[in-house]
Amino acid sequence: MESLTTWLKNLLADNSIFTLQTLSFYGEGLANTVQLVFLSLIIGLLLAIPLAIARGSKRAWIRLPIFFYCYVFRGTPLLVQLYLIYYGVVFVEGIQDTWLWVILEEPFVPALIAFTLNTGAYTTEIFRGAIKSTPRGEIEAARAYGMSWSLMLRRIVLPSAFRRALPAYGNEVIFMLHASAIASVVTIMDLTGAARFVYARFYAPFDAFLFVAAIYLCLTFGIIYLFRHLEKRLLAHLKPASG
Amino acid sequence: MINLHGYGPRLMEGALVTIELAVLSLILAIVLGLATASAKMSRSWALHRFATLYTTVIRGVPDLVLMMLLFFGGQIGINQVTDWLYYQFDIDIFINVNEFVAGVGTIGLIFGAYMGETFRGAFLAVDSGQIEAGRAYGMSHSLVFRRIRFPQMMRHALPGLSNNWMVLLKTTALVSVIGLSDMVKIASEASKATREPFTFMFIVAVIYLLIASVSEWGFARLQKRYDVGFEEVD
Amino acid sequence: MADTPIPLEVRNITKRFGDTEVLKGLSLQASKGDVITLIGASGSGKSTFLRCMNLLEQPDQGDLIVHGETIRFKETKKGREPEDWKQVVNMRAKLSMVFQSFNLWAHMTLLENVIEAPVHVLGKSKQEATRHAHELLQRVGLDDRAYYYPAQMSGGQQQRGAIARALAMDPEVMLFDEPTSALDPELVGDVLKVMRDLAEEGRTMIVVTHEMAFARDVSTQVIYLHQGQVEEAGPPDQVLGNPSSERLKQFLAPKH
Repeated sequence: MESLTTWLKNLLADNSIFTLQTLSFYGEGLANTVQLVFLSLIIGLLLAIPLAIARGSKRAWIRLPIFFYCYVFRGTPLLVQLYLIYYGVVFVEGIQDTWLWVILEEPFVPALIAFTLNTGAYTTEIFRGAIKSTPRGEIEAARAYGMSWSLMLRRIVLPSAFRRALPAYGNEVIFMLHASAIASVVTIMDLTGAARFVYARFYAPFDAFLFVAAIYLCLTFGIIYLFRHLEKRLLAHLKPASG
Repeated sequence: MINLHGYGPRLMEGALVTIELAVLSLILAIVLGLATASAKMSRSWALHRFATLYTTVIRGVPDLVLMMLLFFGGQIGINQVTDWLYYQFDIDIFINVNEFVAGVGTIGLIFGAYMGETFRGAFLAVDSGQIEAGRAYGMSHSLVFRRIRFPQMMRHALPGLSNNWMVLLKTTALVSVIGLSDMVKIASEASKATREPFTFMFIVAVIYLLIASVSEWGFARLQKRYDVGFEEVD
Repeated sequence: MADTPIPLEVRNITKRFGDTEVLKGLSLQASKGDVITLIGASGSGKSTFLRCMNLLEQPDQGDLIVHGETIRFKETKKGREPEDWKQVVNMRAKLSMVFQSFNLWAHMTLLENVIEAPVHVLGKSKQEATRHAHELLQRVGLDDRAYYYPAQMSGGQQQRGAIARALAMDPEVMLFDEPTSALDPELVGDVLKVMRDLAEEGRTMIVVTHEMAFARDVSTQVIYLHQGQVEEAGPPDQVLGNPSSERLKQFLAPKH
């Protein structure tokens, strides 16, 4: 125990980079990254559920705009979407004079909008696929037992689709965590932003970026673990009983 | 070409950079992916562990962070090597990590890990009887790979390959952050200079969608070719 | 007779898929306690006929009268559709169907499957539905499987569970769509036994089946369909014991 503390003391004494101050930058970055990713995932999810349902509509005027939205946001880089919204907001004539500027001035809001629209498009497609693969027989049984469309959606189709979508959605969550690194490009002090700051200040790329890579790795493993746990609980019904 | 305040031709050059970058990265990724898949299926414990470490780390860290690590760190690493060479042997060379090479290197390295998974799954999907039959007819290891395993594997690998390519294409946009003049970088400069972000970002988005659509068509053609003999019979 | 209305009456139903006419004017009347079996080669239209009875398929023409209530239709550009889907939903709650492939809801336990429609369609209390469900599961010999998921049960157990789910609706008429066709031979017996018990208890049933012994022993009426038409119909002794049509004779002849 004593050797451990001395070892730690020596370690920290020897380095001029990971001081309390830089660590607090990373801390702030972690908070911003988590906030940005979490908020965009939640709002994107709320957006995606009705869109995924409406995407299967028989009416073309409902179906086609959603298809188009998904196609564009899944077919172009998130960075382009971020620039479009960030610069787009900044350069709109006269916006600086309105009350909207108060919330749009911070780069956080345009970034949140871009991330939300992006994950919304991917999540819509994930749910669309899961809804489409609901076993036909289960839908027939629901209809045969007198369920209305909305009751069937609520009780049969969505609960089973959510479960089936879980693995793909877990990947989407990890994808968003990693994609959020570009927030630093529009001057947001997220995890990557903190690493870039430390790099620029000490000109120590390995320390700055390896440290942040390790944090991302831990977060990724945390998400993987969480989803595995969820899958184990919610997908139990698909596994045949042993023996 | 439309002039666009003088940015039209430059945007086209940028689009060319994007395409070159994407294609070269794809080739590197395929080579690394095949190597990773082989390593993961090899009997050597060390190779297996190394490949697993590679794919796990790469897939756990954001592309942009890896790119910056390789680009900024790579330069310093190379400088240290050249310094050492100078002091030890009086060899004076200067190697500059250029953004394009760093971009291809990082994107190739990242997608090599994803390709590794795709190829491994595809190799495992090939019926082992097919390979045994090749051996039984006296084919060498490499001949079996070239003539039997690879063509059959491609059929299973193509969907994943096409998927990875689409993601890779979009990932190339990140090189603009480390300073390479791809079409996103040029469009972003043009947006700031002309204060018309919608025009430029819209054009870039359309070009991405265009490339994606053309490659989708291309992959569908390829799939058809590799599906020969496996078509569903009506 | 002014007392209880006839549970189910079907008049002159026709149905075409594209250019093929699969049902060419079929009628049927199920009085209380009737067990009607529909037999015929595959493609004879027997399953489609059954599925028209609860409008899983939309018949092009003909009337459907459930418990004295005629289902109203309207003409649309795409063909005939029910005028009032609420009426259809009500009607379906009175006719419960047992499917060839069971179609239990995979994300629910067996017990949840059984109480789902009574609670959410009929508006029963959860407590009451659960109590009733346990009784029904006991009847089909599955009370020990109440908390299993469908994927954890054998096909025969799933089908008996599906029958319990159908019974939980207290249906006027039970529709069986080849309930034993997807089962391994050794599992067929248990399911048929449950169905025999139901028939003895006076349930009104319409059964599409290939099980001739069941048709002979249990049904009050056998209908033999051929290419969407009734080729022969009547009590089982007559239709199965002494068929008059050449085709039915061939159909019943033991296969070598």
